[in-house]
Amino acid sequence: MNHTQTAAPSPGFADPVQDSQRAFRGLLDAIARPGTIVRLDAAVSAPAPLSAAAAAALLTLVDFETPLWIDGAAATPEVLAWIRFHCGAPITTEPAAARFALVTDTVAMPPLDAFCQGDDSYPDRSATLLVAVEGLEARNGFRLTGPGIEDEARLAVEGLPPGFIAAWGRNRAGFPCGVDLFLTCGDRVAALPRSTRLEV
Amino acid sequence: MYVAVKGGEAAIANAERLLAEKRRGDPAVPELSTAQIEQQLGLAVDRVMTEGSLYDRELAALALKQACGDQLEAVFLLRAFRTTLPRFGASEPIDTARMQVERRISATFKDLPGGQVLGPSFDYTHRLLDFSLLATGGEPPPPAPLGEAEPESMPHVLAMLDREGLIESEIDRRPDAPVPDITRDPMTFPADRAARLQGLARGDEGFLLALGYSVQRGYGRNHPFAGEIRFGAVEVEFVPEELGFAVSLGDVAVTECEMINQFKGSATEPPQFTRGYGLAFGHCERKTMAMALVDRALRARELGEEIDSPAQDEEFVLYHADNVEASGFVQHLKLPHYVDFQAELVLVRGMRRAAEAAAQRARPLAVAAGEE
Amino acid sequence: MAALARASTERLESGWQALGQPAAYDLLRRPEIGMVMVRGRSGGTGPKFNLGEMTVTRCVVRLESGTLGYGYVAGRDRRRAELAAVFDALLQEPATHGPAMRHLVEPLEAELAAAAQLGREKAAATKVRFFTMVRGE
Repeated sequence: MNHTQTAAPSPGFADPVQDSQRAFRGLLDAIARPGTIVRLDAAVSAPAPLSAAAAAALLTLVDFETPLWIDGAAATPEVLAWIRFHCGAPITTEPAAARFALVTDTVAMPPLDAFCQGDDSYPDRSATLLVAVEGLEARNGFRLTGPGIEDEARLAVEGLPPGFIAAWGRNRAGFPCGVDLFLTCGDRVAALPRSTRLEV
Repeated sequence: MYVAVKGGEAAIANAERLLAEKRRGDPAVPELSTAQIEQQLGLAVDRVMTEGSLYDRELAALALKQACGDQLEAVFLLRAFRTTLPRFGASEPIDTARMQVERRISATFKDLPGGQVLGPSFDYTHRLLDFSLLATGGEPPPPAPLGEAEPESMPHVLAMLDREGLIESEIDRRPDAPVPDITRDPMTFPADRAARLQGLARGDEGFLLALGYSVQRGYGRNHPFAGEIRFGAVEVEFVPEELGFAVSLGDVAVTECEMINQFKGSATEPPQFTRGYGLAFGHCERKTMAMALVDRALRARELGEEIDSPAQDEEFVLYHADNVEASGFVQHLKLPHYVDFQAELVLVRGMRRAAEAAAQRARPLAVAAGEE
Repeated sequence: MAALARASTERLESGWQALGQPAAYDLLRRPEIGMVMVRGRSGGTGPKFNLGEMTVTRCVVRLESGTLGYGYVAGRDRRRAELAAVFDALLQEPATHGPAMRHLVEPLEAELAAAAQLGREKAAATKVRFFTMVRGE
């Protein structure tokens, strides 16, 4: 094929079918029960700064039909090559054109409403954000209420940008439109779907 | 009162075993292999691939074997299978001008570059049953004769008209625009022509044939001529995201039909011919001809023609062309509707009682009226 | 490479055997069966539309030298995709390019060209030769 590419991307899932199904189940559990921390512990050796959970989520959710936005901190040649090889996803520089977004530097993160919000006919076409955070514990911290939570859930998150609570409130106010978040930390992930109310 | 019941497992299991026995038929008769179906019932395979929307000869042959030859059931099986596979992406558009042509005819020009190539065709057979085929195990037919292959290419016939400006041009004016995919996003109306062509390509041949016929008989008449029909192999190229350049996946066999239709012109367009297009997997000539007629009929709105016939009504055509959907909805009537029907029964009984009571009340008056 | 995509598994296997010393490689992407949506163009040259899918098997191998080989072939034959990927890699290596061409690609291209030519000749025999009926004098 006359290509001279020799830098092989590091491996994805060892067993693509089983591993992606397990990860999908995990992500589904996380978003069905907001605030619940799920482990995505399939062995994936993704290039830095991708965490195990972010890598597993990308391998499971992203493909050639889902344009992906990647922040500057994560857009290394190694990460881009890894995503192209394993996910086949087109990379977009327009947050509004992305179906998924990978955020590893929350300080420089675009506002939530910069991403596709969906529309009233197809709210499901909004973007899903994979946001890397520095700490994730299912106690203390934010008070979460809403669908999928019996009374309330607690989630302590370190590393969200300033003003996030207010921005999330605006995102929730746009229901049924709005973005959904997966917060990743190491091999753990918790979800904040657009329907979840967040209080300090 | 309705009581939920459970049961039928044994009956269902036995029905499946009975079907398996029926499928095999008389064990004294040799079993059919999928290779035999692929080779000797090739046109059935082609139809199943086209309407099943999956090019894989072996799988289509398997589906036909499993479905005991029921083509719509086989299409259903193939459609179900395709949902289990990941999609790697979309190919580069196939270039039918570069087809390795097995057959190519035009009803509009006698002499054309590359000539009229009949290929394997039923057209000139006498449609008399060939009783010699009753016997099996004989010698295969002698190899078909060879002719002198000319190196000349086979340009599309309509390109000749296009050069003179006598037919509308087919140019991709928005090459980067997304291509609608009715298997991913629900159809919306008015539909893009690309979405319509996808729906027609996987649509039921019988339905499209009837609609095409209706166009010819005057229901949305558009004066068609078969400009060109060609069948053969074309290369499929694909650009993997990780490579960024096109690789060849191999060849697929396709049939293409281009219809030429009249157009009287408009305020902005001079009188010229217009086009209807048909494309299908394998050798599906009748299908592509019908598809081209219906494609042209569905362009009525775009061409400013009056819409007064079924073949011009895109909601009617596209919502009813898919035989998996159609057969599913028709056949779902076989499923238990016990509760629904109980409700209807109660309703009808109630109405009858009411009607009888009303008749009872009316009778003395009628008698009285009769006496008067 | 178009020839590799059109080669049968048997043909690839025999080419692989003919190389003698088997090259060591590992599977970067194990053979995976999927589909590619085949696109056409309205009128043959107009806007694109989706015709229907085809089954495709893909595989990516890495030689010991680090060279990657890609196999994307129609159908559902895992071994065929793997061998196509291996040959794709071998063809990029100076040491194995020549033998791979000699033992597989060149004979394969000749076979494919011959098969295509036979098809063209069979089709040509069905070409209509029109002749004009001249009225007698």
